[in-house]
Amino acid sequence: MALGKFGYYNPDKPLENRLTDMGPRHYWQYFPPIIKKNYGKWLYHEVLEPGVLVHVSETGDRCYTVRVGGARLMSVEHIREICDIADKYCDGYLRFTTRNCVEFMTDSEEKAKALKEDLMSRKFPAGSHKFPVGGTGKSITNIVHTQGWIHCHTPAIDASGIVKSVMDELWDYFRNMTLPAKVRVALACCLNMCGAVHCSDIAILGYHRKPPVIDDEVIDKVCELPLVVAACPTGAVGIAKTKEGRGTVRIKEERCMFCGNCYTMCMATPLADAEGDCVVILAGGKISNRGTPPKFSKVVVPALPSNPPRWPEVVQTVKKIVEVYAANANKYERLGDWAERIGWERFFEKCGLTFTEHLLDDYRLAYDTYRTTTQFKFTEDAWEVSRQVKGI
Amino acid sequence: MPLTPEELDKIAKEVAEEKGEKELKYDKLRYFTDEELKNYTDEDLKKFKIKHDISMIEELEKGPWTSFISDIKREALHRSKLPEDKMMISKEVCEDLLGQLELSYHDKETHWKHGGIVGVFGYGGGVIGRYSDVPDKFPGVAHFHTIRVNQPASKFYTTDYLRTICDLWEYRGSGLTNMHGSTGDIVFLGTTTEQLEPIFYDLTHDLTQDLGGSGSNLRTPSCCIGKARCEYAMIDTQDMCYEMTMHYQDELHRPAFPYKFKFKFSGCPNDCVAAIARSDMAYIGTWKDDIRIDQEAVKAYVGGELKRNAGDMAGRDWGPFDIKAEVIDLCPSQCMSWDGNKLTIDNKECVRCMHCINTMPRALRVGTDTGCSILFGSKAPILEGAQLSLLTIPFMYAERPYDNLKDLADKVFEWWPEEGKNRERLGELIQRQGLRVFLEKIGVRAIPQMVKEPRSNPYIFWKEEDVPGGWKRTIADYRKKHAR
Repeated sequence: MALGKFGYYNPDKPLENRLTDMGPRHYWQYFPPIIKKNYGKWLYHEVLEPGVLVHVSETGDRCYTVRVGGARLMSVEHIREICDIADKYCDGYLRFTTRNCVEFMTDSEEKAKALKEDLMSRKFPAGSHKFPVGGTGKSITNIVHTQGWIHCHTPAIDASGIVKSVMDELWDYFRNMTLPAKVRVALACCLNMCGAVHCSDIAILGYHRKPPVIDDEVIDKVCELPLVVAACPTGAVGIAKTKEGRGTVRIKEERCMFCGNCYTMCMATPLADAEGDCVVILAGGKISNRGTPPKFSKVVVPALPSNPPRWPEVVQTVKKIVEVYAANANKYERLGDWAERIGWERFFEKCGLTFTEHLLDDYRLAYDTYRTTTQFKFTEDAWEVSRQVKGI
Repeated sequence: MPLTPEELDKIAKEVAEEKGEKELKYDKLRYFTDEELKNYTDEDLKKFKIKHDISMIEELEKGPWTSFISDIKREALHRSKLPEDKMMISKEVCEDLLGQLELSYHDKETHWKHGGIVGVFGYGGGVIGRYSDVPDKFPGVAHFHTIRVNQPASKFYTTDYLRTICDLWEYRGSGLTNMHGSTGDIVFLGTTTEQLEPIFYDLTHDLTQDLGGSGSNLRTPSCCIGKARCEYAMIDTQDMCYEMTMHYQDELHRPAFPYKFKFKFSGCPNDCVAAIARSDMAYIGTWKDDIRIDQEAVKAYVGGELKRNAGDMAGRDWGPFDIKAEVIDLCPSQCMSWDGNKLTIDNKECVRCMHCINTMPRALRVGTDTGCSILFGSKAPILEGAQLSLLTIPFMYAERPYDNLKDLADKVFEWWPEEGKNRERLGELIQRQGLRVFLEKIGVRAIPQMVKEPRSNPYIFWKEEDVPGGWKRTIADYRKKHAR
């Protein structure tokens, strides 16, 4: 590749020798020989120990995989170290998973064992593992997440810092396979949900709670006002005039659900606010079709404080849900299936979570979530309502 | 017929020839010498302090889980020792990024400005503009744009490739990445506007490597590990993903859609790429013949010689394997029975949920007559609320050159860009206009598989042609029979 500020690129002739529309490189060249040879021929797999898998082919070949968690945000120095490891043990091949883990593949169990030891021995000077091995089977694997304060303009919370804090606390669940079923945790730092947390066993979501503030001085210069109005799903944004007679918008505050769509369309309507921004916890979603159909995560805690650098309230709430689930669910039962079996009223009781009016749906199709049967379980919440109407 | 390694070898060679894709050798493409790369010791790293006070985020260096702060510090140290003329943007980007992050931790708000349109000539996506709102304090990250690079299908790599992009990105960018972004791309975090074209030039000329999607276009398609290393895969996920990505390059690079559009390819209903929750058009492998049973292996599970669920529940003592409680009773369609000696499956009643196969993978295998189900319309909450994909095409064979898949996608691309409102995803358009309209546009009839249950309200929008005699009648005719 070419050195210098512009390399081979000639800024005076930007279209000279231009190549476009070539897509990604072809995938086949990146498959290690054992993967190429056994493509489509795999018979079965086994998890030998947490983080170590073997896949057995009809040719008799065995592919050993060691899985390590990654931080998603990785420096090239980190990637180079991954390459050094792959060169040493895996003939220069490796892969990443959809949950930001790295998988090293070898053709012998001895190499896999040595690889595992090596990976677990590598630490940063401050003590954290560079390449934690685990995240297979009935464990908590890596948290998929978004950019947060490190590189995004709309977040209500950070992403990488909360993930680090939660994973430190869930470490044993990553390193062992003790859960009834897998628990998928995801984090999105705002409602845009680049992390698509909406079908996770436990989802951590950043949420704004103050309506946008309008930058009257610039809004009519930098934004198309009708687009800002149209961006609002609840019709809370209306065209208005400033005292000086310039075009602007005003927010019907009681209609605002803080989704931030207006801000996505227009930089003059920021929502972020240190006091207002909070963390929502959702639970019980899944993606796999195994057993029960895929389902959405449900809001179980409407707002926790966003407290950097370690977010203790978030960490403890997530941990509590995991522990109660682990102690109570049947084998193979995903978190949402367990909550549905015991009833959501029991879920709140067991997890020590308070059900508040914020958890009643009042958006579209809300009525579908209301209970329309006399089948329910008595919990302290139920007695409280009975008392409120002098029923008992 | 399923693709074989020999066929794939041939296909890969043809593609390489057609695209001029050269074999990658790091040593021929590298920017840095070994001495430049190995420019610090563990001792240096222990002693290293960046120029800003970052005591709050340094809390995130503690604990066992891998620390992104420690990692960025390492990169900061490495850059501080690289020759000045070997970095085309500020050598202090990592230090300034940490400094700005520390400020966000104090302020509990982001310090990145809203957007900014930057890109490479001729493309409407692939680059996301990013500017600091405190550039005076942290000049290294004043301009800090993201580049999305289209990842290879299912994210296998050679170290030659990875080392090459590491050099490129350290030379012309921050040296920080996401491996990978949520949609699947390799994400280069942080460079200046000036470096965008040189980076694109190097990527396309030296690496035969294109950018991914962003904005209102086809986003970079992604797929699960598929037949490369999974016995459940029933479609060639990588090949489908690659072919569809190549076929729709124009849609990927030049935004002409109302909003984003995602293809995702999962080899089986376990759906490891979350196609059902995260793609506008989800291809999920399935089978239409019978589950293959090895009765001896079933007995081995019952007898405890084989471990349940491929050994991945071994961390806890769940007691002896109980085939009735763990398999038969958990079958959602109750289509299995066990008489103590033989497992029987009523395959026509099977809904292919994968539970029994996941639980006893050495005894049960997916069928051999395979293809995919196609579902449409899932998305995260913005704008109208989250949606899961709806089952639309129960079964389709998926074989090269995938013309049937492309024809179906083309029908969607004829309708949605025409009818969709600004920032309306396909699923929301289906919601607004009705599934019936969507089915009409893609030319398939309604079937009960498309619904959880039939509608409970009878508010049917009958069409005139559906009703005997049509709608043309007069009040006079009515009055002939009915006095006012």
